[in-house]
Amino acid sequence: MVRKIFVIILLIGLGWFFYGMADSFHGSDSLNMTASYYAENGAEEVGAANLVTAIVVTYRGLDTLGEVTILFLTAAIAAFFLKSKEEFSKRDVKPSSELLQTAAGMLVPLIFVLGVYVFVNGHLSPGGGFQGGAIIASGLVLLLLSKPLQKVNSRFFALVESFSGLFYVGIGVAGIFLAGGFLDNSILPLGEFGTLLSAGILPVIYILVGLKVGSELSGLLTKFQETQEEN
Amino acid sequence: MLSVIIIIALTILVLAAAILAVQTTNLVVAVISAGLVSLMASVGYLFLSAPDVAMTEAAIGSGLSTIIFFYVLNRVRGKDHG
Repeated sequence: MVRKIFVIILLIGLGWFFYGMADSFHGSDSLNMTASYYAENGAEEVGAANLVTAIVVTYRGLDTLGEVTILFLTAAIAAFFLKSKEEFSKRDVKPSSELLQTAAGMLVPLIFVLGVYVFVNGHLSPGGGFQGGAIIASGLVLLLLSKPLQKVNSRFFALVESFSGLFYVGIGVAGIFLAGGFLDNSILPLGEFGTLLSAGILPVIYILVGLKVGSELSGLLTKFQETQEEN
Repeated sequence: MLSVIIIIALTILVLAAAILAVQTTNLVVAVISAGLVSLMASVGYLFLSAPDVAMTEAAIGSGLSTIIFFYVLNRVRGKDHG
């Protein structure tokens, strides 16, 4: 009873607090200084049709590198704790249904192509490295669900991940020597606005991020898959 | 005006799914409705003109994390029964 009263008091307090915040909120009519700088000069300086990508990869490139590092650490820690079992291929599982197997065979290649499309066109259309990588990993989920005993080569994922991370940092360091600073965009020419080969080094970085995120998440999922037990 | 109505309806669905996820005693239902929260939220982001965020939420929130929850759930139950 006392506990319920405390919960109700807490809820009322939180409601009062949030009501105060919502009541004092006024949407501004114009962008603030940083945002208006990005909106006015982003297309000219970076050359990306998708302004979000311009901000994420170029203006806030260091943050993206940090995010990729955090994801890498998560995958590495999970892989450290999930030791795969040797008798993995010997366990007997119920084969998945005909429907799922046929659908997976047709859909998985298309999902992979969609993922690659999303990160290759990251500077032109919504999406980018993180989204494309996640789409590729969810295609792999479908594959693993339809063929539970399929051995996936996790060394391949580790190699792709390591090399794309290495090249990402390498491009960043090359920016110090060849252009204005770490992860600077103008190593390659900006090109014609809105075409596939434009926006300098940005598409290359996003392709690397896409490969890295995709292989990281795929490696994580295969680790979880390999440590499954039958009950 | 229509998009405002859709966003409000989606928010109500998000709240309902979240309450279901907390209150239910069946773990599978809880995981599914937690994924539903992400799915509704991603549609909401799309209507709030943030397609980039919507794609991330749909792929990671409702796709991958639900699957990882199921893998972990299966593993934990396997330990419980022997």
